[in-house]
Amino acid sequence: MMQAEIAVLRFGLGAKPGDLAAAAADPRAWLKTQIKGAVPLAVDTPLAPSDQIFEGWLAAREQRQRMKAAAAPATDAQLGNAIREAYQPHYRAQVLARAQSAALTTRPFAERLVHFWSNHFAVSADKGVVFGLAGTLENEAIRPHVGGRFVDLLTAVEQHPAMIAFLDNQYSVGKDSMAARLASRRFGPDLNAANRQFGINENLAREILELHTLGVNGGYSQADVTSFAQVITGWSIGGGKGRLAGGEPGRFYFRDNLHQPGPKVVLGKTYTEQGIRQGEAVLADLSRRPETARFIATKLVRHFIADDPPPAAVDRVARVFLKSGGDLPQVYAALIESPEAWDTAARKFKTPEDFVFSTLRALNVSPAQPEEVVRTFDLLGQRQYTPGSPAGWPDTSKSWDGSDALMHRVLWASRVGAKYENGIEPSDLAASCLGAYARPETLTALRRATTSGQAVALLLMSPEFQRR
Amino acid sequence: MQRPLRVNTGRRRFLMGAGALAASATIPNVLFAHTATTARLVVVILRGALDGLAAVPPHGDPDYARLHRELAIAPPGAADGALALNGTFGLHPSLSYLHERFAAGELIVFNAVASPYRDRSHFDGQNVLENGLAKPIGSADGWLNRALAALPIGSGRAADRAVAISQNVPLILRGEAAVISKSPQFTADVDEDLLARLADLYSKDDWFSARLSEATQTEKMVDETGDAAAKQSARAGYPDRVAAVAHMAANLMRSDGGPQIAVIEAGGWDTHANQGGAKGILSARLGGLDRALKSLADELGPLWPQTAVLVVTEFGRTAAVNGTRGTDHGTGGCAFLVGGAVRGGQVIADWPGLSRTALIENRDLRPTLDLRSVFKAVLDEHMHVDANALAKRVFPDSSGARPLQGLIRA
Repeated sequence: MMQAEIAVLRFGLGAKPGDLAAAAADPRAWLKTQIKGAVPLAVDTPLAPSDQIFEGWLAAREQRQRMKAAAAPATDAQLGNAIREAYQPHYRAQVLARAQSAALTTRPFAERLVHFWSNHFAVSADKGVVFGLAGTLENEAIRPHVGGRFVDLLTAVEQHPAMIAFLDNQYSVGKDSMAARLASRRFGPDLNAANRQFGINENLAREILELHTLGVNGGYSQADVTSFAQVITGWSIGGGKGRLAGGEPGRFYFRDNLHQPGPKVVLGKTYTEQGIRQGEAVLADLSRRPETARFIATKLVRHFIADDPPPAAVDRVARVFLKSGGDLPQVYAALIESPEAWDTAARKFKTPEDFVFSTLRALNVSPAQPEEVVRTFDLLGQRQYTPGSPAGWPDTSKSWDGSDALMHRVLWASRVGAKYENGIEPSDLAASCLGAYARPETLTALRRATTSGQAVALLLMSPEFQRR
Repeated sequence: MQRPLRVNTGRRRFLMGAGALAASATIPNVLFAHTATTARLVVVILRGALDGLAAVPPHGDPDYARLHRELAIAPPGAADGALALNGTFGLHPSLSYLHERFAAGELIVFNAVASPYRDRSHFDGQNVLENGLAKPIGSADGWLNRALAALPIGSGRAADRAVAISQNVPLILRGEAAVISKSPQFTADVDEDLLARLADLYSKDDWFSARLSEATQTEKMVDETGDAAAKQSARAGYPDRVAAVAHMAANLMRSDGGPQIAVIEAGGWDTHANQGGAKGILSARLGGLDRALKSLADELGPLWPQTAVLVVTEFGRTAAVNGTRGTDHGTGGCAFLVGGAVRGGQVIADWPGLSRTALIENRDLRPTLDLRSVFKAVLDEHMHVDANALAKRVFPDSSGARPLQGLIRA
């Protein structure tokens, strides 16, 4: 009986009416049927692709430069608006589609995995250039590969313009690249305005090692970071100017003229591949390292089981990751087969995202207005796609359980409840969204509530709804 | 249980309204502790690694301009030059308020400092900055929380003594001692009857119960503090988020029985690309920080003479400019201690220089002072934390980092 609740509430995104019944016959099978293949958005809202959005950004930036150079220069506010206006509709459309998909999907476990990977490979929309692109990384690089191989997921992410732009790799230049040598011939070896801009930026290389694959204790050195940064010089975005000219605007583009030529050593292995193949070879090797397997397994187990990941579960998932060569459906199956995952005690305190999405499903509603979704996440302290750092949002209770945060949840729950003054039977709602998890005292509180709106707020704020 | 439904009756008056009767069974009706010391401490964490060579430019160092190139701040007197501190160091021109405090003898500037952390991960670096250990893992609580337990106080709830100005509590304040959190976001009224019923619903769940109780206490504090104008400005919003945060910190600390300690966080310092020099991205951030510190001081008003504000970041950045007109993750950086209680007007920097051999791995400023020596000095001289607890519990394994002397006015 409790197994269906665990499958739907802990692995999924919370129960819509009917979900618990659907999972009851075979909860594990209910999960496993969800995890193969691509995971498209569950709504068919047309969203603009990243290249088109980025072209809009390039145009806005040019307009901004013209405004700056104009006889009557624009104010800072006007300048800021130029870019904001190009990006904001896309951000809002992506955030709305994400919430609708979470509310409506019939593959909620797969959808949670999309969110998991999106947070693992985090970009943050509070960086100007990323604002309108953040959701495209999730939709274009993650959704197609969530049910595939880790190496394909990794490569798609690191070659997505949102990631390249977030971690500044488009301007990273090898010292002996064609572009640098050309400038050196033209301007001489002295430091001057023209050639001082040639050098690497190690941001993307470091975060791939630290956050995307090996983990911070994964045994790499500063020399590996620097060398790997040389390897991926030239991984850029099409459609710039000057030495960044060329390539299809807004698409990932390998700029041979910026690439540092020659063999390079990363983690003790010499890579002799040419051009873009060199970086791809490093990514392929990183995806097969035991440190990567363990790092990903630890994060998955922390997300699905407990803040302090049980070592036996981590070992099991890591072993399957390594043995299968990072075949993600097999990795997820290992997680599902972990007995620790089926402990009836709910140990994870929901993040604001979990809380909102499970509320939408419990109430069987899908948001219609982007403003509503954006404001909700602002209020609850998890503005969508803005973890602020490439480490993503924290995945432990301690990061979300402040008293002020709880008060914000109460406030939101009471506003949601206020929409349900009529036409809802609280005990039916509790049964459909919590099943056997509903405690007797919660059911009593719902019966005694003065209005059905208050009952909804109490249900949403009950300890059993706040945990998974 | 039948009570009339009261929606938004008065602004957050639930503890004084009818709901308080029901709530009192589960929410301990605690009187605010009277603290034995009047000292106030604010810790400002700059997340993302502030470039110390931009904030506190060593314009007198012969290698500075060569390495920091277009990001370097010119010497004092030059156009857009640094604000003068001494023959070697200045302040970034955006830090004009801090410079005033230096002249007034209320600011100590540290350079070439770092936590014991020597790698270059933001996240581990911040862990070490906050957990007070030499390693990023090994402690789920923060040094400031451990210090709370060792503050000189007869009785009272620790929860009233420290506040995180955010929805959630950052690592530095996490731990056994209960602390409150309060974000500067405008929170509208919550129905007091709903809160009373939640208190009942949480009565068998200590975890939820404790948080709801803390939240209601904090709301009460916010309600009792400040004038209407201050509340109005909190709602109106600030140009910089950090200024709104500083405002909330000052507001709470000023309230009767309000917290002695506040933690503020500000992000956006990870300037890998287009960092700018006297003008630009980093300059704007520093200006925002400077204004926030001014608003904190102004709004603390009569409390300022007994206040110390510690401004720290996880590590510094590379001495040389990278390929994208920014700086990458480094090691040694800067810190500030400012406040009416601070024996200011000093620059504390055992400067190793920026020559090729002085730099770590020919890239990072070599730290010559452990930040824990500063933390310990502030907790000792200013907060009067028990010396034994300081050495053993608050900063275990820190015997090499002896507390500095003379940072606080006698």
